Amino acid sequence: MSKLGNLGARLHRGEVGYDFVKNRKIWYGISILITITAILGLAVRGLNMGIEFQGGAVFTTPKHMSTSVSQAETYAQDASGHDAIVQKLGDGSLRIQIAGIDTGKSDQIKDALSKDLKVNSEQINADLVGPSWGQQIANKAWQGLAIFMILVVIYLAIAFEWRMALAALVALIHDITITTGIYALVGFEVTPGTVIGLLTILGYSLYDTVVVFDSLKEQTKDITRQSRWTYSDVANRSINGTLVRSINTTVVALLPVAGLLFIGGGVLGAGMLNDISLSLFVGLAAGAYSSIFIATPLVADLKEREPQMKALRKRVLAKRAQAAAQGEPVAAESDESSFGDEPEEPAVVGPRNQPASRNRGRGRPSGKRR
Amino acid sequence: MSWPPPGPTGAERPEREYEKVAAPKKGRSAGAQSKPWRSLALILIAIVALTGGMFASGNTTPRLGIDLAGGTSITLRAVPERGQESAINKANMDTAVNIMERRVNGLGVSEAEVQTQGNDNIIVNIPKGTNSKQAREQVGTTAKLYFRPVLATEVSGGAAASPSPSASSSGKAGDKATDKTGDKATSTGSATPSATATKQGRAVTDGLKADATPSAGGTTSPKASTTPKASTSPAPSASGGTSNDATAKLQAQYAALDCSKKDVRATAGKGVKPTDPTVACGQNSQGLWQKYVLGPAAVDGTDVKKAQAVFNTQNASGWTVTMEFTSKGAKKFADITGKLAQNQSPQNQFAIVLDGDVVSDPYVSQALTGGNAEISGRFTQEQAQSLANMLSYGALPLTFKEDSVTTVTAALGGDQLHAGLIAGAIGLALVVLYLVVYYRGLAMIAVASLLVSAILTYVIMSLLGPAIGFALNLPAVCGAIVAIGITADSFIVFFERIRDELREGRSLRPAVERGWPRARRTILVSDFVSFLAAAVLFIVTVGKVQGFAFTLGLTTLLDVVVVFLFTKPLMTILARGKFFGRGHSWSGLDPRRLGVTPPLRRTRRPSGPAAGPVETKEA
Repeated sequence: MSKLGNLGARLHRGEVGYDFVKNRKIWYGISILITITAILGLAVRGLNMGIEFQGGAVFTTPKHMSTSVSQAETYAQDASGHDAIVQKLGDGSLRIQIAGIDTGKSDQIKDALSKDLKVNSEQINADLVGPSWGQQIANKAWQGLAIFMILVVIYLAIAFEWRMALAALVALIHDITITTGIYALVGFEVTPGTVIGLLTILGYSLYDTVVVFDSLKEQTKDITRQSRWTYSDVANRSINGTLVRSINTTVVALLPVAGLLFIGGGVLGAGMLNDISLSLFVGLAAGAYSSIFIATPLVADLKEREPQMKALRKRVLAKRAQAAAQGEPVAAESDESSFGDEPEEPAVVGPRNQPASRNRGRGRPSGKRR
Repeated sequence: MSWPPPGPTGAERPEREYEKVAAPKKGRSAGAQSKPWRSLALILIAIVALTGGMFASGNTTPRLGIDLAGGTSITLRAVPERGQESAINKANMDTAVNIMERRVNGLGVSEAEVQTQGNDNIIVNIPKGTNSKQAREQVGTTAKLYFRPVLATEVSGGAAASPSPSASSSGKAGDKATDKTGDKATSTGSATPSATATKQGRAVTDGLKADATPSAGGTTSPKASTTPKASTSPAPSASGGTSNDATAKLQAQYAALDCSKKDVRATAGKGVKPTDPTVACGQNSQGLWQKYVLGPAAVDGTDVKKAQAVFNTQNASGWTVTMEFTSKGAKKFADITGKLAQNQSPQNQFAIVLDGDVVSDPYVSQALTGGNAEISGRFTQEQAQSLANMLSYGALPLTFKEDSVTTVTAALGGDQLHAGLIAGAIGLALVVLYLVVYYRGLAMIAVASLLVSAILTYVIMSLLGPAIGFALNLPAVCGAIVAIGITADSFIVFFERIRDELREGRSLRPAVERGWPRARRTILVSDFVSFLAAAVLFIVTVGKVQGFAFTLGLTTLLDVVVVFLFTKPLMTILARGKFFGRGHSWSGLDPRRLGVTPPLRRTRRPSGPAAGPVETKEA
């Protein structure tokens, strides 16, 4: 802990840190790349929709079946007249999926199966789904998503400001796209459980973002009344200041989900637990990434377009230039060069990277400050 | 960290300046910090009270959903008829739910629950141990409502039946008549309330023409009490008018029918074609079972356009049910009432038969031609409404489609519950481990808070089972496990704030008090977002998603409660103690371990460019 604690302290003081805002273009680029890959994956491979979305039946037999998978497949095909997919789960039970059958016919199939497999039909779990059920869940989920996004944008616009609301929304869409993209690329089956997990990401992804924004809002309260830091500098400091918390939160959120995934995937083999936790796991990871690398830099970007912030930036840069002229060549140069190169670019100067050099410079009694 | 206002600040120590600006004014006056014991006592009392309530109510475990307890869950979706999309509304759905509940529970399942979800879904949960196939058939088929003429009727089953000796003359002995035939087909006048003592026999009045017909009062009581004739026997049942064989068979069925037996009731008169005469059961106002021989259906349930419970203020007949027929229905109804009105009791009655059960058997005293009719009797509001609902069901322009049927055996349900619990335990253990490693002593506060949160969640879930029908299903368990993260995060936000304050060079007690208001705001804002997500999901979605959203919302709320009433006060109290207050190296608040080394601080801090307050002073 002591190391981490120290890291936390140094992050807090700004002795160490990563200039998220300065390097935002790299991260934007990475995110855009991932997003494009995700969209391509969705377009080309499509999602592997589970039986719930096509209509059909899933039968699960009791544990420890001696029947082989291929044998069960034959039984199921004979009984239903449709293709069947049979999996053997971790506990030795068989999961038989038959797509495209009518819910009405299922009892018949179940009876036939129980006879073939020599189990009591009362011991077979059956999940029968009409063809429109999954679609309905998905539609409602989309509807919920839309309503939630509108509400949350309104809320964030009131609690913070519209720029933050917009950035949070972008981050949210980013997370969801990435998650669904991964589902498409890897070919995980999409079930109602997946949809639940995906919807939960909504709350979580924003939860994380909101904490960073909260700190940002607090730190920038009186930003125009000083001329030492630009908005981007402060934004960067907010991210670094809440970094420890962000990491802790993500770890703490992922641990229980990992527990679920382990039990759901490893022990039960398949089912609701597995589906929910898998999409949660992917989504949470994406959410932690986006709140740090996307949402806040985006706010800084937007914010730097404000006339006030532009003026501030000018003041800050002028001051730094002046300071440089007075004998802080290292820091000032880098400041100036970046300013000169990309005058339209907001906030290229993060305090994070420079502190090291500046510290060294200032640690000596330069007489400048007292 | 806010910017210190520019000004002559050089003289002051940086921390002081910082404090002045940073600590929101409200924070200081917050009651919790001055009276931490009070908050702790409050939450303790709440826990004890809730737990006490839980034990007192006898629901010491949360009700389990079908996927954990085993059973069958059926999701039905209402499909409106073409051009009647507006038919999917709350009233119609509620009617459908009532009907389905009747049917499923009519199978002898007492625990089955039927509820609407979202706009157009009905969920039917049938616990294990019942014939799920039969239940599905019951739920899946459309309800059949018919108006059939009564050919004969009597109280059925042991003790109740006074008339049994006169079985042949069955109909109704005098006493029975009063019991049962009370209803009248009179005009609204319904002058004889006394006669109509019972619920079951009811008068159908031609609502519109009401006053025109004087017959009302007169007819009722005499008829009811006197008519020995009708009783002759069901056999003659001329109206039924089928072959002798059939009649005899029906007769035998009728004689054998014992409506007081549940399983008999469940099968009696089921699956009979509407054009055939049949036998059926119904319950009269005394709660006694009554058996009937009924003629072929005269009017179809779909001929009813509308039925409503109305409080009749005009003639003090109290709650009545008005029916409006379609034009076709009106004609049929006029025909049958015209015929019935000429008969003697009980053959002047018609039975309203829903799914083979007689739900009402009003008698008719005249032909009712207007297309409107009113059933009066001594209804309570509830009875009238329930009858109106049943009548409307025939008119519901809805059919129900099975969207999903899940059958879970008790074995699998148990396994899933088990797996969920283990997953939760593992998750919790990992979180605790992480917290201990990272926060050391502080983790104890976090763990205690998690524990309080867990107890509250458990108790409230147990209590919500009977209260609002909450059932813990697998997604809900997932929601609870995921919520461990959200709850723990609040503590992390708080602890990190305190540590930040410590790093500013403060001692623990002020650090706690200053860190809190800011942590509080962050916690509230982020919990609000989380709660919003849960609420939207709960309202918009159906089925399993809803269970998940509910748990998530509940735990988010509890998180706020616990942080405010437990974690913060506990922190305040412990900050006064030695272990934390002096920053024991295992407390997680040791200044040195946090990188705050007072001697160094002086020299180092000002040099840190990020130490905003100090730096900006010169700005």
